[in-house]
Amino acid sequence: MTAKKRGIWVFGDYRNYFQNRVTLQLLSRAKELAVKINAEVCAVVFGYKTDEWKGDVLSYNPTFCGVVGEYIAHGADKVYLADHPRLAAYSMETYTLLMERLVKREKPEIILIGATAFGREFAPRVAKRLGTGLTADCIGLDINEEGLLVQMAPSFGGNLVAEIVTLERRPQMATVRPGTFQEIPHDYVRTGEVVKVPLPKTLPADRVRLVRSEHHPQREQKLEDAKVVVCGGRGLGSKKKFAKLFELAELLGGEVGATRPVVYADWADHDALVGQAGKHVRPQILFSFGISGAIQHTAACNDAKFIIAVNKNPNAAMMKRADVAIVADASQICTTLIQELKRRIR
Amino acid sequence: MLKLVVCIKQVPMVSELPWDPATGTIQRDLAEGMMNPACRSALDAALRIKEAAGGEITAITMGPPMAEEILREAIALGADRGVLLTDRKMAGADTSVTSHTLARAIEKACPGFDLILCGFSTIDSETAQVGPQLAEELDIPGVAYVNELEISGRTVRMQRFTDNFLETLEMDLPGLVTVTTGRYAPRHVPLGGLQAAFAGADIVSLDAAAVGLDPERIGAKGSATKIRNVYSPTAGKKNIVLTGAPKRIVEQLFERFDDKIGGAIGRDLKTERK
Ligand SMILES: Cc1cc2nc3c(=O)[nH]c(=O)nc-3n(C[C@H](O)[C@H](O)[C@H](O)COP(=O)(O)OP(=O)(O)OC[C@H]3O[C@@H](n4cnc5c(N)ncnc54)[C@H](O)[C@@H]3O)c2cc1C
Ligand SMILES: Cc1cc2nc3c(=O)[nH]c(=O)nc-3n(C[C@H](O)[C@H](O)[C@H](O)COP(=O)(O)OP(=O)(O)OC[C@H]3O[C@@H](n4cnc5c(N)ncnc54)[C@H](O)[C@@H]3O)c2cc1C
Repeated sequence: MTAKKRGIWVFGDYRNYFQNRVTLQLLSRAKELAVKINAEVCAVVFGYKTDEWKGDVLSYNPTFCGVVGEYIAHGADKVYLADHPRLAAYSMETYTLLMERLVKREKPEIILIGATAFGREFAPRVAKRLGTGLTADCIGLDINEEGLLVQMAPSFGGNLVAEIVTLERRPQMATVRPGTFQEIPHDYVRTGEVVKVPLPKTLPADRVRLVRSEHHPQREQKLEDAKVVVCGGRGLGSKKKFAKLFELAELLGGEVGATRPVVYADWADHDALVGQAGKHVRPQILFSFGISGAIQHTAACNDAKFIIAVNKNPNAAMMKRADVAIVADASQICTTLIQELKRRIR
Repeated sequence: MLKLVVCIKQVPMVSELPWDPATGTIQRDLAEGMMNPACRSALDAALRIKEAAGGEITAITMGPPMAEEILREAIALGADRGVLLTDRKMAGADTSVTSHTLARAIEKACPGFDLILCGFSTIDSETAQVGPQLAEELDIPGVAYVNELEISGRTVRMQRFTDNFLETLEMDLPGLVTVTTGRYAPRHVPLGGLQAAFAGADIVSLDAAAVGLDPERIGAKGSATKIRNVYSPTAGKKNIVLTGAPKRIVEQLFERFDDKIGGAIGRDLKTERK
């Protein structure tokens, strides 16, 4: 007799499918990890009328529809599905209870949960009930030579990364930051197994009552979502020089960010504050002008893909973490960049 | 009178470079301690409840003896008393064990509590897990990422904006919230606050035995997760350094990265060859 395959589970967080593809990204990584420990990839879906739900606009799967279909098309071998009116809105206590029961019955090896706000509240509760460990907001996952899940957790605003393992307790659990992994393209001919999960006979009402809930899918987050961010600090020297950043940002189709001293000096609005007390940016390119690189600021720009920093001081922390470190006067570089861009963009 | 408990943690005050970039280890001796920012917001939320409706605030922290500093600060800001959980056996706790330790201590030191307020996350290990796990440990309702809260009678009404949902939620006391840094701003120590913090401040210190904790279930020993390695992702990062006249620097920037910059802004930035 062959032993039951071990499971790598991915919690299906589909509420913001179009904005947040973290579940699909996790399915993709789970498939790679599954090869290393000979496991199957399972998605867990809780909700109501999840079959009527539309994922990718062009999706068509003859056998599986809705959320289940999406997850199978994106790599799940099996989907555990609990579909019931009680599960229509994400509810913390009910979802936690269902997950706890399901895990105790099926005993997966690993559970991965997207680090959405919901996931980061849900996962610790599930882990607590199961008496197992949980690593928060991972930015990397791997299987080591002992077959353990190595979970890379950022700390100190991304300035340190801790590699964490859960030695004995099972399952091994992690929440994972959206954008860490690449989803695999859908394949609507893939098939998989669907396991229906019944609700327990008596299900206590949630002690937390949802009074009102409004979905704001397109809430404008200009700075947070900008592909290019031009950030300025005290090193720019004056409000007038800082104002030049707006011209540069416009040429680049980007947004302007600022450090705290700059906001305090009223060179920029509070809305532009980037940092622990302000906004978190994740652009393709971040320009940083005259910024020292204090952790309260850099914590919110660690997700920038490419950093170009300008500072008089080559040893400033910001220069150390930049991909291109320009040792020069910030304002002069800004003006020269504007001229050069005008020449090149026609 | 409402019995409020605020969980606070001391974190290193890091501004420039508290870690050694070569080895990736934190130079703890260089970093002074401060109250974690979100814990300050939780304290502020508690102080507003106390100001509006009356109440007694207990600030509690688990940490090394020097964490007493933040309890004094909390008292200076208006908390009524402090509880310091300190014991070498508690060191190295993961979040599950931290919440276990806090839960048992709260039951011991603040029986009959009404509301527990935590920060949503710390700025050192940043897990945001302790609040939800503490609610589980105590088997009370809990809501994370709260921006605003209001108590009337035995009901707490909360607002939060998470995952693109603006939600209004309610729960009955006793309960737990974790508070974001958005609405509740840290305050300054009022006149007289400092005196309260030092002259006869009500601070008790408890070790594992005093709380009645099983030494097998606390600290590193009781923790399921193990930190294998800590490193700095930016240490030894190879970067390109450009110096010289601004004009020349900008030319070089485009020579090497016109594809990259052009790609990000969706434009072709190459100039025709002269
Ligand atoms: C609880 C707390 C929360 C905070 N939250 C935030 C936050 O959300 N966001 C934030 O930004 N900060 C925050 N701070 C402040 C933060 O610690 C730093 O003080 C701040 O980020 C520094 O801003 P800066 O880099 O503009 O200024 P500085 O640190 O003064 O740096 C100026 C830099 O410009 C360089 N320079 C000077 N002249 C020139 C020139 N002519 N050309 C080029 N370079 C030049 C200097 O070498 C220096 O590196 C917070 C602090 C605390 C304690
Ligand atoms: C680099 C690093 C990474 C880590 N990663 C993980 C991990 O992924 N998983 C894990 O289980 N453990 C992890 N730990 C251990 C973790 O730091 C401890 O469990 C810690 O006691 C609580 O975690 P936190 O600071 O992230 O709390 P958070 O959950 O972020 O804190 C939220 C709130 O809980 C309350 N609180 C937290 N700690 C205390 C305290 N000591 N006293 C009073 N109130 C408190 C405060 O109100 C705080 O605002 C890590 C430790 C390090 C050094």
